[in-house]
Amino acid sequence: MSGHEHKDYTGAKFGMWLFLFTEVLLFGGLFILYSVYLARYPKEFISAGKQLNVWFGGGNTLVLLTSSLFVAISITALRRGSTRLCLGLLGGTVACAAIFMVNKYFEWSAKIGHGIYPGSTHLKELPPGEMVFFNIYYLTTGLHGIHVVIGAIVLVWTMVFIKTGRVHAGDWVILENAGLYWHLVDLIWIFIFPLYYLILH
Amino acid sequence: MSYLPPSAGSGRGFFDEARYPGIFGWILSTDHKRIGLLYFWCIVTFFCVGAVLGLLLRLELWAPGRTIMDAQTYNATFTLHGVIMIFLFIIPGIPAAFGNLIMPIQLGARDVAFPRLNLFSWYLYISGAALAVTSLFTGGGPPDTGWTFYVPFSAQTTTNVSLAAVAVFLLGFSSILTGLNFVTTIHRLRAEGMTWMRIPLFTWSLYATAWIQILATPVIGITVALLFAERIIGTGLFDPAQGGDPIMFQHLFWIYSHPAVYIMILPGMGVISDIVPVFARKPAFGYKAIVVSSIAIAFAGSLVWAHHMYTSGMSDIAVMVFSFLTFIVAIPSAIKVFNWLATMYQGSILLDPPLLYALSFILLFTIGGLTGLVLGAAATDIHVHDTYFVVGHFHFVMFGGTGMAFFAAMHYWLPKIYGRMYDKTVATVAWGVIIVGFLILYLSMKIVGMMGMPRRYWDYVPEFTGLNQLATVGSWILAIGLVLMFVNLIRGILKGEPADPNPWGGATLEWQVPSPPPTENFETDPVVTHGPYDFKKAGIL
Amino acid sequence: MTQDHAHIVPYRTFIIVWIALLILTAITVAAAQVNLGALNVWVALGIATLKSGLVVAIFMHMKYESPLFKIALLSALAILAIFIGMTLLDVLYRS
Repeated sequence: MSGHEHKDYTGAKFGMWLFLFTEVLLFGGLFILYSVYLARYPKEFISAGKQLNVWFGGGNTLVLLTSSLFVAISITALRRGSTRLCLGLLGGTVACAAIFMVNKYFEWSAKIGHGIYPGSTHLKELPPGEMVFFNIYYLTTGLHGIHVVIGAIVLVWTMVFIKTGRVHAGDWVILENAGLYWHLVDLIWIFIFPLYYLILH
Repeated sequence: MSYLPPSAGSGRGFFDEARYPGIFGWILSTDHKRIGLLYFWCIVTFFCVGAVLGLLLRLELWAPGRTIMDAQTYNATFTLHGVIMIFLFIIPGIPAAFGNLIMPIQLGARDVAFPRLNLFSWYLYISGAALAVTSLFTGGGPPDTGWTFYVPFSAQTTTNVSLAAVAVFLLGFSSILTGLNFVTTIHRLRAEGMTWMRIPLFTWSLYATAWIQILATPVIGITVALLFAERIIGTGLFDPAQGGDPIMFQHLFWIYSHPAVYIMILPGMGVISDIVPVFARKPAFGYKAIVVSSIAIAFAGSLVWAHHMYTSGMSDIAVMVFSFLTFIVAIPSAIKVFNWLATMYQGSILLDPPLLYALSFILLFTIGGLTGLVLGAAATDIHVHDTYFVVGHFHFVMFGGTGMAFFAAMHYWLPKIYGRMYDKTVATVAWGVIIVGFLILYLSMKIVGMMGMPRRYWDYVPEFTGLNQLATVGSWILAIGLVLMFVNLIRGILKGEPADPNPWGGATLEWQVPSPPPTENFETDPVVTHGPYDFKKAGIL
Repeated sequence: MTQDHAHIVPYRTFIIVWIALLILTAITVAAAQVNLGALNVWVALGIATLKSGLVVAIFMHMKYESPLFKIALLSALAILAIFIGMTLLDVLYRS
């Protein structure tokens, strides 16, 4: 048996996609709960949904869509030999992640300042459907926020690999997989945004 | 074709080829065989711990009222028995131990697709196990909710459910990564000539199982995370006082935990599918049907979870739909049983220990499966739900099924891994004792369950005493058989006669390499020219 | 397929997809202002599906992957849909 390392590009990508499926099913549990409670409390989901700020939500949507654009382009850049452009774009993606989290911080602070957070006495005075809405809102966007941070860390790690030459135009599956993970974070938000911020009727 | 090097039998294969010295050669190894053995010994240890807890439960149930422990301790004991047996023994069991040890060799590969991820899976397993054990001694004491952790009790009890929830999350992540690794391996690393229809049925079963691991396990992850959130930060998604619905916990829980029982049984069926042709000296009957039924079980098994919830208060429509679908999932399992029997029909039967365990699998799983129909039919389930009938049923399928398959796999493959043979006579005697003890223990449970004895009760009415004592005696006989079996196997590993590389006459690739196999498995990449049970072409018949 | 020979997506394609995503976002916000009753959720989900379809197909390269990847993704989504649907069989029909 020869000792040379056979890198399996398709296998590595397939493994990453399998991992993404697990993330979809993880958030899927929360979407199961959302659909059940939306069916049960249609009016309260509307009244509670109106209390969320569509500017924060929409702004974050645009930020994440743009971050996805950056990371997608970064792969083409690397493969065409524009390593500096690639690193700049990845830096841009991480910056978008930071903007997203800052937005989220302000959004949550505002709500928490109004006494709306899991376990608060004010929350317990709301109608049951609104309580459920806010609980599941915090859990879903909280879990998503954790994934934004993880994704950003993965991208920074990838930037280090590019700088050290371990990821390059001839072997870039690590960047592609990091990108796949980041796009998943964007995808989940594409569904979170309308389901939580655009329930107006 | 065999890949035995000239020096076959004189070396210790991968045991002699550690990358690092001492214990680091094991806990830092990315060799699937070393990882498989790390899993194997942890799994066997946890099985023994779980078995001891089971014996303690049976001692308490010797007589009504307090026998050796109070009710709170009893609740913690059956919770721990369930958590350990399910999450630390049965779910990882065959895939993590024998899947890792044997599957890459069966494919003609050097290792799995992601060897470092494989080691990480084991670290997740051991961390989850450590946390589960730690929950015994910290916080409010060991969880007392039963392994199903139903709300509202699990959200309110002061026992250490939160730590157990984290442990389950880690164990689930371990299972997910193993599944991901196995699917990729089977797609990408098959040897030349190993078409999909030449893959051994054991590996096919691991493939179907791995898909369930990937798609179902995340749901238990989010479920325990939500339980953790309910306890720690007071979210009320399952709390009626906050508009939540406790039945939603049950839905989320069983959306994983029902497919989980197929994670438990499919690899066991795969072991049987590999063993029966070898010990009947006949190709597997209906190879394609067994493959299709494995995929069918994996898929249909995701449609029936709420048959655990007929009495929960869910809608009548749901009760009827889930009951109907549950009958359907029995069909592919029955197909497998018929195929195993047809394989043996007019075969040349070798009654060695692996086949003995395989035969008891077929018998006990069938009995368990038939009682599953009683439970799957909503009307009869109302009568036996949460009684000892259920406990008897799942011990027949999980212990009589997967447990026996695990024992079969040990007797079949340990001589390959360690290169030594155990005493077959002692193994046969141990098997007999195990079967006798098993039947006495679990048939008694089914009867006393039909009579109305509830499960998870520390006490019972005096008229159930006779059957409970019979069951307890059965547990002692079973324990003696288990001790005999393990002592015999361990003695065989340490001091047994050197084993032939192919002691059973198998035609799959693992029997064409030395025992123990070298680290790289094969001297040169194999080229496959026949099916896994083509004994004639393999030159064995 | 080796890494070197895999298809390279031009910058232009990504930018066009990004613009389409921004437009679809604007559409979904606009659609939410109109009272369509129960249909609102389905319109929102439909637009979200379109958006995610673009992200999956182009940004995540799925359009250029082998059928295995596509079948696997559809299977995972089908399973999630089944979980949601069958749970609703309970919740929607409680008496």
